[in-house]
Amino acid sequence: MNLSMMWATCVRVLGQLKGDPRSIGLILVVPAVLLALVYWLYQNEALAPGQPRTFDRVGLMMLGIFPFVVMFLVTSITMLRERTSGTLERLLTTPIHKADLLFGYALAFSIMAGLQALVAAATAYWVFGLKIAGNAGWVVLISVLTAVLGVALGLLCSAFATTEFQAVQFMPVVVIPQILLCGLFVARDQMNGVLEAISNVLPLSFAVDGLQEVAAHKDPSADLVTDLMVVAAFVVAGLLLASLTLRRQST
Amino acid sequence: MSHKAELPAPDGPFAPLPVPANPSGTNGPIAVSVEGLRVHRGKTTVLANVSFNIQQGRITGLLGPSGSGKTTLMRALVGVQKVTAGTVSVLGRPAGDLQNRNDVGYVTQAASVYKDLSVVDNVRYFGAVHGRGREDAHAVLAAVGLGEFAKRKAGDLSGGQFSRVSLACALVGRPKLLVLDEPTVGLDPVLRADLWKQFSEMAAEGTTLIISSHVMEEAGHCDSLLLLREGMLLAQLTPGQLRVQGETDDLELAFLRLIQAAESEGSAAS
Repeated sequence: MNLSMMWATCVRVLGQLKGDPRSIGLILVVPAVLLALVYWLYQNEALAPGQPRTFDRVGLMMLGIFPFVVMFLVTSITMLRERTSGTLERLLTTPIHKADLLFGYALAFSIMAGLQALVAAATAYWVFGLKIAGNAGWVVLISVLTAVLGVALGLLCSAFATTEFQAVQFMPVVVIPQILLCGLFVARDQMNGVLEAISNVLPLSFAVDGLQEVAAHKDPSADLVTDLMVVAAFVVAGLLLASLTLRRQST
Repeated sequence: MSHKAELPAPDGPFAPLPVPANPSGTNGPIAVSVEGLRVHRGKTTVLANVSFNIQQGRITGLLGPSGSGKTTLMRALVGVQKVTAGTVSVLGRPAGDLQNRNDVGYVTQAASVYKDLSVVDNVRYFGAVHGRGREDAHAVLAAVGLGEFAKRKAGDLSGGQFSRVSLACALVGRPKLLVLDEPTVGLDPVLRADLWKQFSEMAAEGTTLIISSHVMEEAGHCDSLLLLREGMLLAQLTPGQLRVQGETDDLELAFLRLIQAAESEGSAAS
């Protein structure tokens, strides 16, 4: 590991992003806009006195889901371009270490993820009056963590695609099942045994679970800490597996 | 029209192998030493038993038709090619050695730069992985004649400028050995002449250059030539020796005659 090479990679990835306002828009603005959509979706619901708004439950989960989806998409395409443009092979003939490259990527997109989480959470709290028991800081932290999870899985999946079209095909395969099974549509303990078992090993389930813990408890619970650790472990595992897909020598 | 029909068979025996250890005539330190290199890709043999030495501070042209194994050989030199057998020693170390990754520059056939970054940002990034800074990047850009395009997005440049960005990204690490895969393809004659002038200046300063091309007229710029055909090293000689052996000043014709001679020799042996 060489910090200056990692930082140079991070600056380079951010530089590439800077030249592409549309991608910046996708990262920073789109999750907040989608959140607004969710808010308006439930705007006319009839609430019994004291009953929490559906938005407080669904909108909160979206703060974990949107960053994951967006960052998975952006990262897998960016890394695929690195692989197909020949720049990756060129980098592998230079002194840069694989970890410098991957962590440089992860760092660059984590910075973007942090900004994204701040924009989305600020929108949820200040524009739509999100009300939950726990602290907003935890919500932002989980948002960032799911975004980084998207980065790690995106880096990994890019190894198994040869074109951008194939990379996008990982969305329905890797991302949508996690959204369906994370507890957004049906609480996980009400799923049939097979689906619950599957959802128990998907990283996004833990992130959404963590958000529900924050919503339910004023102070961080032990379950919240476990959820965060599990998601972090998935991130590390994803990055390690991704580094195995970067081979200096090929046939 | 068949070339073969009109080629007069060269008279006088010549042996393409074994290769003379030092075709350029002077002795000097060896920068690259390849011994019995074989590369198989699946069932096809890409390189079959290639051996040669390259002197430091020389321009070596790697010439041969497309598909003859030029790129594979270059990839083996920079250490990104899986090798079936043989040894590849570069700057006294095994190819791909960590220290070599600092000292060897590689310019791939397709310009591998970031199209969505500015020219100077590209060079600065590849400089950073070699521990070079901002001044180095600007100096290199000036050297390849891209000083005024530093702020432009690499993807917006013309083909010739774009491939010079790729060259600059390799030069910024100040390599001792520069491996260039068809660097002059698609460039206009003025630019090609400029580049070759630059290459000889670098060689004069002690850099070893290995440059592949499938255009034989460029062979005249090289100190030494490696003629590759179907994964075999046909000959290692100077352009002068090639002209003598092919009995013509036309290097392309001389190469064709050499191939023909090797083939007739091969069919006579079988």
